[in-house]
Amino acid sequence: MITKEIQIAAYLFASILFIMSLSGLSSQESAKKGVIYGIVGMIVALISTLLSLNIQDGYIYILVAVVIASAIGIIVARKVEMTAMPELIALLHSFVGLATVLVGFSSYIDPATYYINKDLYEFIIVLVGFSSYIDPATLLLDGAELSIHMVEIYIGIFIGAVTFSGSIIAWGKLTEKISSKPFVFKGKDALNVVLLLATIILCVLFMRETGTDGMIYLVIMTAIACFFGMMMVMAIGGADMPVVISMLNSLSGWTASASGFMLGNDLLIVTGALVGSSGAILSIIMCKAMNRSFFSVISGGFGQEIKTGKKMEGTVKSITHEEAAEILNDAQSVIIVPGYGMAVAKAQYPVHDLVEKLRNQGKSVKFGIHPVAGRLPGHMNVLLAEANVPYDIVLEMDEVNPDMPETDVAMIIGANDTVNPGAQEDPSSPIYGMPVVEVWKAKRVIVIKRSMAVGYAGVENPLFYKENTDMLYGDAKSSVEKINASLK
Amino acid sequence: MKVGIPKEMQQNELRVAATKQTVIRLKKQGFEVLVCAGCGLRAKISDDEYVSAGAEVVATIEELYSKSDIILKVQPPTEQELSMMKRGTLLMSYLYPAQNGELLKKLAEAGINSIAMDAIPRISRAQKMDVLSSMANIAGYRAVIEAANHFGRFLNGQITAAGKVEPAKVLVIGAGVAGLAAIGTAKSLGAIVRAFDTRKETAEQIQSMGAQFITVEIDEDGSTASGYSKTMSQAFIDAEMALFLKQAEEVDIIVTTAQIPGKEAPKLLLDYHVKAMKPGSVIVDLAASTGGNCVFTKKDEIITTDNGVIIVGKVDTLPNQASFLYGNNMCHLLDDMGKADNFKIDMTDDIIKRAMVTYEGKINWPPEPLAVSAQKTTETPKVSPVDEAALKAKKAKKAIVSNVITLAVLALVMFLLGKVAPSNFMGHMTAFVLAVFVGWNVIWNVTHALHTPLMSVTNAISGIIVIGGLLQIQDNIADPRNILAFVAVLIATINIVGGFMVTYRMLNMFKK
Repeated sequence: MITKEIQIAAYLFASILFIMSLSGLSSQESAKKGVIYGIVGMIVALISTLLSLNIQDGYIYILVAVVIASAIGIIVARKVEMTAMPELIALLHSFVGLATVLVGFSSYIDPATYYINKDLYEFIIVLVGFSSYIDPATLLLDGAELSIHMVEIYIGIFIGAVTFSGSIIAWGKLTEKISSKPFVFKGKDALNVVLLLATIILCVLFMRETGTDGMIYLVIMTAIACFFGMMMVMAIGGADMPVVISMLNSLSGWTASASGFMLGNDLLIVTGALVGSSGAILSIIMCKAMNRSFFSVISGGFGQEIKTGKKMEGTVKSITHEEAAEILNDAQSVIIVPGYGMAVAKAQYPVHDLVEKLRNQGKSVKFGIHPVAGRLPGHMNVLLAEANVPYDIVLEMDEVNPDMPETDVAMIIGANDTVNPGAQEDPSSPIYGMPVVEVWKAKRVIVIKRSMAVGYAGVENPLFYKENTDMLYGDAKSSVEKINASLK
Repeated sequence: MKVGIPKEMQQNELRVAATKQTVIRLKKQGFEVLVCAGCGLRAKISDDEYVSAGAEVVATIEELYSKSDIILKVQPPTEQELSMMKRGTLLMSYLYPAQNGELLKKLAEAGINSIAMDAIPRISRAQKMDVLSSMANIAGYRAVIEAANHFGRFLNGQITAAGKVEPAKVLVIGAGVAGLAAIGTAKSLGAIVRAFDTRKETAEQIQSMGAQFITVEIDEDGSTASGYSKTMSQAFIDAEMALFLKQAEEVDIIVTTAQIPGKEAPKLLLDYHVKAMKPGSVIVDLAASTGGNCVFTKKDEIITTDNGVIIVGKVDTLPNQASFLYGNNMCHLLDDMGKADNFKIDMTDDIIKRAMVTYEGKINWPPEPLAVSAQKTTETPKVSPVDEAALKAKKAKKAIVSNVITLAVLALVMFLLGKVAPSNFMGHMTAFVLAVFVGWNVIWNVTHALHTPLMSVTNAISGIIVIGGLLQIQDNIADPRNILAFVAVLIATINIVGGFMVTYRMLNMFKK
């Protein structure tokens, strides 16, 4: 219904809108506008695609699919709790992966994709039907073009399958359907190399086949890719989840890009590349925040055994809720450092009440957020925003660290490795060199924690033994609620 | 267990070992508290206040001593007080063990376990029990207040309609706790503050309080492991004296705080220093009790020299404030000893074994030394500037070479790709590579706080894969392509709708 040129123009417009959407996220003020751009871009892309289709009944199927999907999407988006965002995001990644695999297979069995001009495919079929003086074989893709197309399908399905299975495992780990402990076995690396080689060999075999005879290789490869993605995420421990999620985010982008190559569709390529590089950047930020290389995260197994650096010296002091409230009453400036423990206990609402109370007393209250706090990049910010904590007092690690020495009380809620002074003081510590929130420089430190257990990195925390640290044992939510009750 | 607060016998001792807040804390720790009637009057604390905090008032000192298991005091006990204590009592008080050998002997004989509050080791764990620090803090504050009181002008500079007033210049000698408190107080009153200390490590602390660190040109560090400074060499002292002379001509107020434990205070301001000062200038000598840092200082007196310089040898102790902090110090120590329920004298504890000067009939003094001073930094080998420049040039060269190599490899790859790939593919590749670069630059600008919305919006956007599904939809429902495409469209649309909606919901939450 529309010409090819108009469709390309529409795709270009959609690409621009997507880029504007992402750049809108540079600040809270422009972020909402950014989402609107994204939605408009998506609508433009969809409508122009729908108008270019050459089908009748097909529209009904599309309508059915879209209606069902929208209903599910709306319900999920409304119902999901902010503490469950990591799970949702992992699940959505797996959808992108699965969709790519399906499109890949569908594209493989579609005869139209083998012709030079896909738009003329129907016309060619008609011609061939009328008389046989045109040999359809002369219009088929050949040589390099065909090879490239086959490789595109193969790679697209491979990445899609890895994304799919990896995300499903990540989702399982985040919902604790699967143990979040890293699962590694001897010879894992060797097995991976063998599987990779097998994938390449299968690719060669696959390309030799004509028509859809290579289906069997494609299916075996898909199985291998699924196993590959599964093993990769299984090997990664809970603390590394932010990296994994970012990586899967990136993969889901490359997946979309790969299917763009497969279908010769520039919009898919561009959009996929945008998402892919976004995820890659997030992975880099997360790795830097943990002072670990991307490969050491991916090879997995971190934090499975307790590796103490130095022997701990000093004693651990514990206080009651009333004493903690008293300390806060006496303080003029407070920095709160939340961690995954706050998310698990859903303590963000009582924390908000606490902040309100302290601020009403004229105290300065700030939040210091470590980049890898939580299970998702930026997880803590979303939780605090959910509880109505104003975002201008929620600061980054680098912004609060210089203020620490002048701060009266640093309050740690469910964080451990991200406030470990060993990262700066003890070269024998496994997390030495990782940037941390320097809470121990504050005049007093209150740590709200369930027990003395080590964090995800499996490292003892010398902070708890410091002279100015007081431990307040208990669930983050009830502890903060009790402190609220005893506050003036 | 019963904690007793006696009345101080010495007439000029205005402090008392506990205030109302101390009693509240002690009760919280599980102790019973007895106070001697009228013990807090000199620090402006009435018996009623103690009672309201939960203490029991005992009429006579004799009764108090006979009932108490733990005695909290300020001044060392007199013979009379000693005779009233029962054996096994724990006494916590100033004892000056280095000068009071005789008293220690008597305490040991009487079977009293005594903790000298002034002998608490100055390690970081014991800071909250360190009475010397908390008293020095008061002295430093008060020294500046006394100086301002005797100084005939403003401390801060002002520009008024009647004319401009220069700010006063204050020199603080010795940057211990008292010195630093003096710097802070003088600074907040608006004076220009300079400070001198033989220990190089104090420079940072002095600057952090807002004063200028002045020093002599001789490289000698007065730090010792005990945290106090040592006696310096003659050359150093000469340079120091010359520096003080120059300062004395300039400044309006000098606060001296230099003390050496167990010795007479060093004489830092000699007669020619005082003579060099302007009339109306003030010297506050916090070392007056150990002989004074200034040659003219008289203990507990305020004198004016012939050239009009006022020398203050007596500084008010702010008894109420001092009692509060002193009481807190003691509470912290009792906290450390296990409060009332688990009360235990642990002679292996670093603090207790040093401060417990008599224990079970034996004298436990002097203690083994303990290092507290921050470790000296080892000097890093200096790289000469020539080497550095060469190194930089070398690095820059290396970077250029590696850049050239990277670009060459990239060009080669592109060339090979162009050779084999059809033009269609190259067009897609162009779009792909450019998009990666655009994405790369755009995403770095995303604020950390919005990383979760970023992920969910990219989730929604990568639902663009729906187009792949749409293109494969067929009219024939049973076509396998149609089934695959249908499922693909379905889940990709969940991504789009769910992703955008949840992002929008999240962003709505971010409020200032």
